[in-house]
Formats: sequence, structure tokens, C-alpha cells
Amino acid sequence: MHIMEGFLPATHALGWSAASAPFVAYGLRTINKRITENPEQRMLLGVAAAFTFVLSALKLPSVTGSCSHPTGTGLGAILFGPTAMAPIGMVVLLFQALLLAHGGLTTLGANIFSMAIVGPFAAAAIFRIAKAALLPFGVSIFLAASCADFLTYITTSAQLAFAFPDPVGGFSVSFARFAGVFAITQLPLAIIEGLLTVVVMNALVRFNNRELQVMNVTDVPVVREAQL
Amino acid sequence: MKRYQNLMLLIAALALVVLPLWMVKKSAPGPDGKQLQVFSGADDKAKNLIGTISPGYKPWFSPLLEPPGETGSLLFALQAALGAGFIGYWYGCSKTRAELNQTREKAARC
Repeated sequence: MHIMEGFLPATHALGWSAASAPFVAYGLRTINKRITENPEQRMLLGVAAAFTFVLSALKLPSVTGSCSHPTGTGLGAILFGPTAMAPIGMVVLLFQALLLAHGGLTTLGANIFSMAIVGPFAAAAIFRIAKAALLPFGVSIFLAASCADFLTYITTSAQLAFAFPDPVGGFSVSFARFAGVFAITQLPLAIIEGLLTVVVMNALVRFNNRELQVMNVTDVPVVREAQL
Repeated sequence: MKRYQNLMLLIAALALVVLPLWMVKKSAPGPDGKQLQVFSGADDKAKNLIGTISPGYKPWFSPLLEPPGETGSLLFALQAALGAGFIGYWYGCSKTRAELNQTREKAARC
């Protein structure tokens, strides 16, 4: 989902940066507040960030014969709410843009928007819906994480189609072509991300269930709505 | 069942990674005799697609630092290692804490 350095026209680059900036700023505030109020959750925040670090570094082969990587943002979004993932995603994307020439500074805003904003918001929303529909905990986590991964790549396709509409068919034709590159490749990877998120979440439930209950991820005894 | 759930999930994830390697066959060499690269990055394919849709587009900014291929792999490995290292640290801490709590409870009961 990394749009390469310089591959978005300047106006788009600026626009996406402006769109992402408030989320990052607000996310920093939520993280700060969270950690001052509940210092014991620091370790879990570290796990969420570390998970994104690992998964976004894994370039996995897919059935289409091309390689792509998961995002790892679903876990953190379920734990800390979607806005907390914006700054964390930005750190990962900056690391890759500056050191790896993967993504870029001019496309940072657009990449943050797809990976660290759309993905996490989708994860948090799907998790709440699945929970409200009384789906089993593992299934809810799986759905939230894998849909977040998939929607991140759909967003990238839309961003590219928006910047490079097809000369004849316009946005929709172009979108179909970019989605053709990203979407099918991403399907198995989204499933992998869902599975791995459930694995980590199982461990979290085993060792940190008290914190998860405070965070409204697992239920105390009665079902309660997650407060974001 | 519950006990082996994580193991089974990990095996399923691993299978999803390995299967494409095994299923996807190398395509026949192109007219220029060059083998098409399998498992190239989807990001690169999107970049090429930009070239097809608007051939006139020139990227207006280039990466400040472009590590050579092998160094790039090193940095990717470093990124994964940092993350995995922290998760391992957390797992070790949590497991030890849980075990200590258990022994303490046992000692208190005696």
C-alpha cells in the first residue's frame, strides 16, 4: 500500500497530508492521556506498536504471484481505539520512507491515511459491530483485523485512481485497475493478518485480561459497549 | 481444542504463505528472452500501472536515501526484529509473572 515517493501530484500529496495531520495530532493526545491515566497499559501499547512493526515488514508472497505486506494496525485499533494508531502508523511509515526508500515523505500523508486511519477505524467499527452481533470473540477479532488490512489496500487503490484517472473511463476504470493489482494479492494476506492478530489477542487475554477488561475489549461479566 | 488453537492458527498462517510459493509457476520467458520476475512487489506493479495510465507523469521527488538491495533487506529484517523482540520481551515477562503469581498463591494456601 506504499505509494512511492514522488508518485502523487503535489496537490494530492498536500491534500492527504492535511487530511491526516489532525488524526495524528489527536491520536498523540489520546495516547498521552491514556498512558498518564493508566500507566499499566504502556506495555500493551508497546505490543500494539511492535505488532505493526513486525507485520508491515513482512513482505509475503501471494497467490497472484506478487508480494505485499500486512499492516498490523487492527490489533492496536481494537485495544486503544482507532485514533491511537495514527501516530504509531506514522512512525512505521517514516522509518520505511527515510531508511528503506519504501513509501516516501511526499506520499506520507496519503499512506498514513490508508494504513493508519482508514484501517484502524474499520477495525474498531467492525469489532464493535461483531461484538454487538454476539459473534465469538476470536471471530470478531479476525474479521476486524483482516477487513482493516483489506480496506487499507482498497483505500490506496482509490487514492491512486483519484490521482491518475483513466483518460477514457475516469476514476472507476482506473480504480478497478489499481484494485486489480492490490485487492486479490491482499486477500490471503488479510487472512494471515487476521489469524496472527487472533494469536496475539489470545495471549493478551491469557496474560493481561484485567487490562483488557478496563479497556472494554473483553467483557467483565455482562456485555458492555466499547467506549471510544 | 482451546489449547492447540494458537498452534493451529499459526500453522494455517504459515500454509497461506507457503502455498503460493508452491502453486505459482514461473511464467515463460518474454519475447526478449528475459524471465519475468515472480513475486515482485505489488507497490512496484502499481507504480508501473501509473506509467501506463499517464505515461507523461514524472515523479517530482525522489527518496533521500536509497539503500542498495541487500542493505534494504537488512533494514527490513531490523524492523521486524525490533517488533518481534519487544513482543518476545512482553511474552516472557507476562509468563514469568503469571507463574510467580501461581507459586505465590500455592505457598499462601499451604
